[in-house]
Amino acid sequence: MLDGTTAEIRERQALRINPAKTCQPIGAMYAALGINGCMPHSHGSQGCCAYHRSHLTRHYKEPVAATTSSFTEGASVFGGLANLQQALENIFTIYKPKIVAVHTTCLSEVIGDDIPMIIERARREGKIKPDQLVMHTNTPSFVGSHVTGFSNQCASTIKYFSESSGETKNVVNLFPGWVEPADMREIKRMAKEMGIEFILFPDTSGVLDTGHTGHYEMYPAGGTTLEQIKAMGDSFQTIAMGPLASKAAAEELEKKCNVPSRLLELPIGLSNTDAFVNAMRLAGQVPVPASIEEERSRLIDMMSDMAQYMHDKKVAIFGDPDQVTALTQFLVEMDMKPVIAVTGTPGKAFEAKIKEICAEKCPEVEARAYSDVHFLHQWIKNNPVDLLIGNGFGKFVAKAEGNIPFVRFGFPIMDRVGHRAFSTIGYTGAMRLIEQITNAFFDYRDRNDPDEKIELVL
Amino acid sequence: MSDEATDSPQAHEGLVPSAAEAREQMLEIYPKKTRRKREKQMLVNDPGSPGEIGANSRTVPGIITQRGCSYAGCKGVVIGPIYDILHITHGPIGCGWYSWLSRRNMTRIRKAGETNFLQYSMSTDMQEEQIVFGGEKKLALAIQEAYDEFHPKAISIYATCPVGLIGDDIHKVCREMKQKLGINIFGFSCEGYKGVSQSAGHHIANNGVFKHMIGLDDTPVEGKYKINILGEYNIGGDAWEIDRILALCGIKIIGTLSGGVSYDDITNCHMADLNVVMCHRSINYMAEMMEKKFGIPWFKVNFIGINGTKKSLRKIAKYFGDKELIDRVEEVIAKEMSEVRPVVEDVKTRTSGKTAALFVGGSRAHHYQDLFEDMGMKVISAGYEFAHRDDYEGRDVLPHIKMDADTRNIEELEVEQDPARFNLRGTADRKAALQSEEFSFSDYEGMMRQMGKDTLVIDDISHHEMEKLIEIYKPDVIGSGIKDKYIIEKMGVPCKQLHSYDYGGPYAGFKGAINFYKEIDRMTSTKVWKYIHAPWHDAAPAAEAAAAPEPVNA
Ligand code: SF4
Ligand code: SF4
Repeated sequence: MLDGTTAEIRERQALRINPAKTCQPIGAMYAALGINGCMPHSHGSQGCCAYHRSHLTRHYKEPVAATTSSFTEGASVFGGLANLQQALENIFTIYKPKIVAVHTTCLSEVIGDDIPMIIERARREGKIKPDQLVMHTNTPSFVGSHVTGFSNQCASTIKYFSESSGETKNVVNLFPGWVEPADMREIKRMAKEMGIEFILFPDTSGVLDTGHTGHYEMYPAGGTTLEQIKAMGDSFQTIAMGPLASKAAAEELEKKCNVPSRLLELPIGLSNTDAFVNAMRLAGQVPVPASIEEERSRLIDMMSDMAQYMHDKKVAIFGDPDQVTALTQFLVEMDMKPVIAVTGTPGKAFEAKIKEICAEKCPEVEARAYSDVHFLHQWIKNNPVDLLIGNGFGKFVAKAEGNIPFVRFGFPIMDRVGHRAFSTIGYTGAMRLIEQITNAFFDYRDRNDPDEKIELVL
Repeated sequence: MSDEATDSPQAHEGLVPSAAEAREQMLEIYPKKTRRKREKQMLVNDPGSPGEIGANSRTVPGIITQRGCSYAGCKGVVIGPIYDILHITHGPIGCGWYSWLSRRNMTRIRKAGETNFLQYSMSTDMQEEQIVFGGEKKLALAIQEAYDEFHPKAISIYATCPVGLIGDDIHKVCREMKQKLGINIFGFSCEGYKGVSQSAGHHIANNGVFKHMIGLDDTPVEGKYKINILGEYNIGGDAWEIDRILALCGIKIIGTLSGGVSYDDITNCHMADLNVVMCHRSINYMAEMMEKKFGIPWFKVNFIGINGTKKSLRKIAKYFGDKELIDRVEEVIAKEMSEVRPVVEDVKTRTSGKTAALFVGGSRAHHYQDLFEDMGMKVISAGYEFAHRDDYEGRDVLPHIKMDADTRNIEELEVEQDPARFNLRGTADRKAALQSEEFSFSDYEGMMRQMGKDTLVIDDISHHEMEKLIEIYKPDVIGSGIKDKYIIEKMGVPCKQLHSYDYGGPYAGFKGAINFYKEIDRMTSTKVWKYIHAPWHDAAPAAEAAAAPEPVNA
């Protein structure tokens, strides 16, 4: 497995090996699917759209509908105006969405297609009707990563549709960031439990985790509705989770509709969930209900029960910045040692944040942004770890290093089903993380220890 | 009261519209221009004289299509599986990422110390700076870094969408680096906008493999019967099953293009005496070019399904013409069939009369019809994702296919006879001697001649047409790809992924056929679809009352 990888680390300037990020449009597609009745549209050649749909489908094991401008060589030379206009006519006639969310690809970015102009012209020429909504976001893949695309789609949606009527409502906007549908469900459950009025945006629950009824719905019931998106401009506060994924949207709403925002880490683990609950408490001026207190205490109970198995264990972690920083925080809370944290997404803030989180527990932590899984792997070869946490690609590294305990976390996971169904957000999600982490250790021992060391009881 | 009358198959059949009506219902919704285009790609089949299908034409923008791009066809399908070439995608990160381990080209390294580069994704991860100022320098440096890191025997570069537009000359960089590093380095201009589907990428890949790899190593190969298998990508281990069978027969495979193959196999594969072609669409160019240059004849085979496998083995044996081989092949067939027969007989008792529809790729939608036939199932509709007219109507239409702008842009290599190496082992003469009515070379009869009359042939099926098809026919199983899988299954129809095999397989050859029969049997008889209705929705009120529990203490 990965036999060409050696322990000798060379600094590379040009070659990415086994990336820890992908391109912007897939993030835009995912975020757009969190809008009710929305058809994501990829403006470029059809390969990008095919790749993004396949990838999301494999991760969620759910249908992912999206359309493409199907550029050919001609469109690449003369621009994609005709393609986009024809696409919009077809989409509204055949697939009847409430809204089409156009995002760009490398190709249309390099050509320099002016999407708002194309939409505007289609409208003027009657090719799209006044009630047929179209929005756009620019998602150049040579900037940022898939998380940037998610963030851009969210911010653009607000720019297009949120409005303030002048009357502020007693509603909190919750921006969940790029998390799983199950996580979005969990955020909604917690907010309901807290008794606050809220709008969650985007919301892929009920879109990418639908049930089986024997019928296919191109636009399932889930997703933030356009009315809600509009109404977000009247909310009195936004709680934005995951700085990279949600900050731009929060700022846009603040700028456009004057809704102040509070920026939090993703509510993964104890203190990040505490911060989320506290933010809801303050925003809604509500007491924290006994049910949430109980959830919290159950988490603490499990942390104390399992502490001995996690204490000082060395962990390597890779993935998207918001996820990795939040989870690293939790690892530290459990007295584990995050020794290396890697993301493919560019941005030095990641490195600083990881160092800050680990300052006490593991000051020697290796933190790398705009890096890759190959680097992480080489580093592990030099500095063996007890646990690897990352997306599905991590399994190759885990196997190459003698099947080190491995917990799948992040995007994408194409070889398991749990991530879509079971949340890792909030107190209960944190319990699930503990279960997964300790199981990884126990399974490793049960598989590898000699008979005399196999124990029935923990 | 019983619903039997409407549930019986006869009554059901009475309600099912004809293929022509179904076609009309699918087309109804389209705007005029789109309809005109789609009409040409949807035909009611007449196997006696296949109609002209508008294949290999552009997908209408806005239509949800299965198709991907030229890069996917080139890197993803044809070259990507060569395990000991170091593959670098030149472009922003996405394309390289999505083609990382996402096709199930199974691979074993040949000897310790080798690296299977399929486990790696390498890319120049282009940033804005390269988009503005050009990416050639970064590409050259990336090649250097790859060389320093892995010391591969060859490096291959793939261009993605922006590369052509910003004007990077990847071939120049490859030439320079080849000279500098002294290993084989070559590039593919397979930008995603080329052509109308993956198909353009296949052609570009064939050209590159032919130019840069074929014929480099003249080392003679031991073995009496030496062949190459072209267009077999070892998804789920198909190529290994074919290897197994041919080895039993005493036939040596030099190169399988390109499933599980090594760079050395490819450079040496012109030492074969015959090319047999599995996936006609993706590799017919190579078969033609190798014949022109080296005089190695080719014919089409199909190792999917028992009849196809038997026919193919017998034809190969007949080509070599040795009694020893002909007998050996019969022995192998007899022995293997003794294992297959009981399974297919058993499965057939449950699958006979069931229906299937297949929409996939450029050859599988045809090949897999054999397996369904074996099981007594009927294929009611089929179509390719990116095939050409010859894959539907047969190669005899080739002279009549009009060249359009999208195809004209794909280079057609000028190939000449190799003066020193043409017909070295008398293969061209053997072909001349054999060629007759019963023994055809360079042949492919296409899908439509094999399909039933009044079935529906749909090229590049759209999402809408798929939904309609299920509504109208509710087939018992559909063979398709990952993007459709869960759409189909939400409608209560099992979907077999025929690109990835749903992580199963192999399905080729005899053992593969057994796997496939069992898999389709499982899928068409699974209980899971019956659980959709909760019991309380079905129960009549009277029955509910009768079933009410007695109070325990009464
Ligand atoms: S990197 Fe660019 S060309 Fe490649 S898939 Fe992403 S948007 Fe498409
Ligand atoms: S078998 Fe199908 S998927 Fe494979 S290359 Fe041929 S056409 Fe493509």
